[in-house]
Amino acid sequence: MSDLAIRVENIGKRYQLGQLTTQYNTLRDSLNNLFKPRADREAGGNGQEKYLWALRGVSFEVKQGEVLGVIGRNGAGKSTLLKILSRVTDPTEGYAEIRGRVGSLLEVGTGFHPELTGRENIYLNGAILGMKRSDIQSKFDEIVSFAEVEQFIDTPVKRYSSGMYLRLAFAVAAHLEPEILVVDEVLAVGDAEFQRKCLGKMGDVARQGRTVLFVSHNMSAILRLTQETLVINHGQLVMRAPTSQAVDYYLSRGFSQEGIRTWLEDEIPADAAPFRPIALRVLNPAGVVSDTVRSVEPVTLEFEYSLSAPIPGLRVGYYLLSARGEYVLTTFDTDDPGMYEKLSSRPAGHYVSRCTLPANFLNEGRFIVGVNASTFRIRRYFHDEQAITFNVDASGAPGKHWPEPRMGAVRPALEWEIVQK
Amino acid sequence: MTISSAPQIEERITIIRPKTGWSALDFGELWRYRELILFMTWRDIIVRYKQTLLGASWAVLRPFLSMVVFSIFFGNLAKVPSDNIPYPIFSYSGLLPWELFAVSLGVAARSLVANSNMITKVYFPRIILPLSNILAGVVDFAIAFLVLLGMMWYYQIAPTSAVWTLPLFLLLTIITALGVALWLSALNVLYRDIGYVSPFLTQFWMFITPIAYGSTLVPEAWRFVYSLNPMVGVVNGFRWALLGVEAGAPGWNLVISIAVSLVILFSGLFFFRRMERRFADMV
Repeated sequence: MSDLAIRVENIGKRYQLGQLTTQYNTLRDSLNNLFKPRADREAGGNGQEKYLWALRGVSFEVKQGEVLGVIGRNGAGKSTLLKILSRVTDPTEGYAEIRGRVGSLLEVGTGFHPELTGRENIYLNGAILGMKRSDIQSKFDEIVSFAEVEQFIDTPVKRYSSGMYLRLAFAVAAHLEPEILVVDEVLAVGDAEFQRKCLGKMGDVARQGRTVLFVSHNMSAILRLTQETLVINHGQLVMRAPTSQAVDYYLSRGFSQEGIRTWLEDEIPADAAPFRPIALRVLNPAGVVSDTVRSVEPVTLEFEYSLSAPIPGLRVGYYLLSARGEYVLTTFDTDDPGMYEKLSSRPAGHYVSRCTLPANFLNEGRFIVGVNASTFRIRRYFHDEQAITFNVDASGAPGKHWPEPRMGAVRPALEWEIVQK
Repeated sequence: MTISSAPQIEERITIIRPKTGWSALDFGELWRYRELILFMTWRDIIVRYKQTLLGASWAVLRPFLSMVVFSIFFGNLAKVPSDNIPYPIFSYSGLLPWELFAVSLGVAARSLVANSNMITKVYFPRIILPLSNILAGVVDFAIAFLVLLGMMWYYQIAPTSAVWTLPLFLLLTIITALGVALWLSALNVLYRDIGYVSPFLTQFWMFITPIAYGSTLVPEAWRFVYSLNPMVGVVNGFRWALLGVEAGAPGWNLVISIAVSLVILFSGLFFFRRMERRFADMV
């Protein structure tokens, strides 16, 4: 008898591209297909059938009691992997073996019915997640107090605030106590206080010796909770390493997200001419376009544009906003008076305006970059309040040894002096 | 493995691999999920009558109001013969199994699509969704049946000695309903046309079932084709067992009805199982 909890061998999942784009077929489509000449059908209608391997050739093992992180950008195949392991969908090829009951937190609140009360939903949701009625009964009070909904337990959940709803949903799932827990991005829900509780609960689960598979974009949570991490990119397992190594690799390779915004011809308002935006990029210190950057490293914002005619007094710059929409800063490429003098008229041509935010500057969270190209008090050529967003990961930042979210948009490393008098 | 979870060690090894070909229903698994079946049935019953003024009395009102309408138009105006049984009780006794069956054409046919968020998030035997709809229909049936007993008392009709076969006819209704629900719900995942077809199908199927009229009205030459509709056997059987309507006495046409029911059920099970693994990707 082995001590493996999960063994995955060469798992692959193929989607037909049509399945992803058109939501469903109609009978007519199928009937049409039926009456097409055979040769036509074999060619798959127009040209050939298009397939997408959402996951391919993935093999790994998880020991019992191991807490394994899974990271990768959106669409890399993380969710497909979890869906296969929790048996929601079948693999197209490969083999997997799972010892013990799998509790999936693919999405909390599954099967919640708005018309049912909190109490009724706890029982129903528990049953859907595979709990026995006696288990639910014995944990009922614990679930209710964890979710902090004591007063509203006999109110239909459709009258709950979204926060209460999520808390209740998570509370049921968190008390499931399966041998293998699969968690996907649930920690993104709720307020900071609740997130802290959730992470605590996950930590408890891990300490109890259960096997956890934890998928997240929250690198600091991954770092704190997992020992080893899988990096998945384009449906393939790129790396399995101790978490700190895997996170470093992931962040430095810019696997995380697009991190680039380009403007197509029809997205540019006609009155922007002669200014034409081309692209906005978020770059990590290695110069790689990246959606997630580290607080402890500098981040470069690069705006590429062209001018079809000279513009006198042009300034090109950024707004930086927190995810809550508060302005963090505004900056222009001709903020320096000397530079402004020098470029009193910017000739036609192809330009890149680049600025670097220093290391140890931004706090963790998501930031929004707006762009602006204007002349002071004369004309605004181009303006996009939400051109791109990026994540800042705070691992290694000041005060990170306390696992708590910090208030504020910035997180500078300040000089402290402690004097005993 | 922790000590706290030691008592429930039920080391289950799950093998995940692509499923190919045709496979039958896994009854062992269904048994393990029996609590979920009950909960889903219970949810179905509660949710249906939440925020309604009349609540569960709708279970009685629906067939009862249909019966009133039928009695006025078919019984009194059109003078449809009712095999020497008072027309209201004649039509009501047909409406009861019909209402149960109609669940499969309506709610159950939509069950997979309506619960797509569950299907794409959690694993459970998908058959539980249409099955629990039909079981909830059985509860409605039981409530409405009490009214039928009241009506029989009012019209002074004693149940026949064959009344013990009634549960068997109820079972036949469930089998038929489940078979049809399996086909329609799985097809609905693939083709949303089913959503448009089902109201029409409900109406059509009701016309070819002896609810507002007796099956004696159907010409002899058409009896065979007629009894291919398994609901003919069900409704006739109900009337025979309860009211002693001789035209419904079990015979070769009941055998046909049962056979057709079973064919629909088993083909439905296989079709459903074959489609099951694609539901999460298609729904």
